[in-house]
Amino acid sequence: MDISTQNTHVPPPTPQRSGGTRKRGAGATRRGDQIFLGLSRGSGILLLVIMAAIAVFLTYRASLAISKDEGNFLTTFEWNTGLQPPVFGVAVLAFGTVVSSIIAMAIAVPIAVAIALFITHYAPRKLGGAIAYVVDLLAAVPSIVYGLWGALILVPHMNGLYGWLNDYLGWTGIFSWDEGAPRAMLTVGILLAIMILPIITNVSREVFRQVPQMHEEAALALGATRWEVIRMSVLPFGRSGVISASMLGLGRALGETMAVATVLSPSFDIQASLLNPGGGTFAQNIASKFNEATEFGRDALIASGLVLFVITLLVNGAARMIIARRKEYSGANA
Amino acid sequence: MAKRIDVSGLTAYYGSHKAIEDISMTVEPRSVTAFIGPSGCGKSTFLRTLNRMHEVTTGGRVEGKVLLDDEDLYGPAIDPVSVRREVGMVFQRPNPFPTMSIFDNVAAGLRLNGKYKKSELNDIVERSLKGANLWNEVKDRLNKPGSGLSGGQQQRLCIARAIAVEPKVLLMDEPCSALDPISTLAIEDLIGELKERFTIVIVTHNMQQAARVSDRTAFFNLAAVGQPGKLIEIDDTERIFSNPSRQATEDYISGRFG
Repeated sequence: MDISTQNTHVPPPTPQRSGGTRKRGAGATRRGDQIFLGLSRGSGILLLVIMAAIAVFLTYRASLAISKDEGNFLTTFEWNTGLQPPVFGVAVLAFGTVVSSIIAMAIAVPIAVAIALFITHYAPRKLGGAIAYVVDLLAAVPSIVYGLWGALILVPHMNGLYGWLNDYLGWTGIFSWDEGAPRAMLTVGILLAIMILPIITNVSREVFRQVPQMHEEAALALGATRWEVIRMSVLPFGRSGVISASMLGLGRALGETMAVATVLSPSFDIQASLLNPGGGTFAQNIASKFNEATEFGRDALIASGLVLFVITLLVNGAARMIIARRKEYSGANA
Repeated sequence: MAKRIDVSGLTAYYGSHKAIEDISMTVEPRSVTAFIGPSGCGKSTFLRTLNRMHEVTTGGRVEGKVLLDDEDLYGPAIDPVSVRREVGMVFQRPNPFPTMSIFDNVAAGLRLNGKYKKSELNDIVERSLKGANLWNEVKDRLNKPGSGLSGGQQQRLCIARAIAVEPKVLLMDEPCSALDPISTLAIEDLIGELKERFTIVIVTHNMQQAARVSDRTAFFNLAAVGQPGKLIEIDDTERIFSNPSRQATEDYISGRFG
């Protein structure tokens, strides 16, 4: 760091382009390049060191807890770190995290893509700009505010939807409702959908905007309607971008803490129905238990956090595979 | 099935800017007409008014008439989408759909227009690729992406895609300007064959090309930058290049321009 501050005031060496004598051989480098190389390489190494330190610390603390776990860490439906011997497992948390995120994605991705298409391909320029601005604002709202809004406004207004789903889809089991307070996974999923909508919309919008004009004109010249242009040129070109955007949103949904904690009535069991309260997510469980946890309890929570980390990695890996599988056909080849 | 184009008093705008002014001409069926002229003279804009692509650009609008045989393309009851199904277009840069296979690229327009049986589709795709002199080069890899072809092959793929829907007119906007001389020659030969079946209009910056491929040549010019482009004259290609009736044309084709 000292090196950089010293050198900011030193003028860069004057390049000697003209004149016959070039003193630098092929192997020589300029000082500025060397400093920059050192700085960028240093930052890269620093990042890796920090990541490794976090990983080692988390794994170590997690292993302390898991080694004393009397139940199976992955399959136990309990979280009793205070017992002797302790019994705890992440099955409920993993289920709740994945289910709430799937609901959120199922709602948010189609709406986000539709908004992005409207902004880029249907709306008049001014209206599109205004909508884009509002969506940007949505992204700036802190998650605790979403949580409060969810608990105070969304939850009391969910009864109608819950009743309707129970009436028409209750027979599936997934949408049956015991008339409890609607502080269940579906409400969490809807709230998460609203929260991840802006990021998916914004990234998709940028991708759709970058579709080369010539691809759209190719479809137009064949006699495609506006929707057909979108289907033939815009969506295929934007496909990998939309997947990336969805992964960003999914990352936020998987890790969201406060909004889930304020809306969900947690319990350590798995509800077959999305409408009955209960269950929990990794982040919500950590947030609600961390303050009162013992040293050992905290280690156990850290262990659950590691599982969330692994799930996130798996999801990202899967997304990369989907994108890579059709690379041959991707718009980037054009 | 090739149709006559009859343009009268056509003026096109980009917003408030008048790009071309008061253009009238007739293009005979089964002929090749070349548009030449300096950059910015509006020849591409004029070409794009012939299949209503001009109005796709923000602020693009048109006054005047374009008759295809006896039907006014700008008539109140005409859907621009149906115009573009009758008047095909090939662009300056080859633009096959990058996410589609070679087969799907050629079939794209057909699939827009209606339902075809698989065997019909196969026949039309083969016929179109043969018509674009591309069949022998791609028949073994129809399921590979079109973006894997060379530039010249991609452009012929785009021509195959355009002719697959049997348009009445084929518009070409500098179709060879991004291609090497050999690919250019292949396209020029192809134009000679296609004019048996289609009415072809081609914009080109290459005057030798205009002289080689076209029956009629139209020279466009503009008085100054910012002024609308105008049609200076249109005549038999031979006459334009040997004995044009306007001084501006002669200056341009002999390189004494500007």
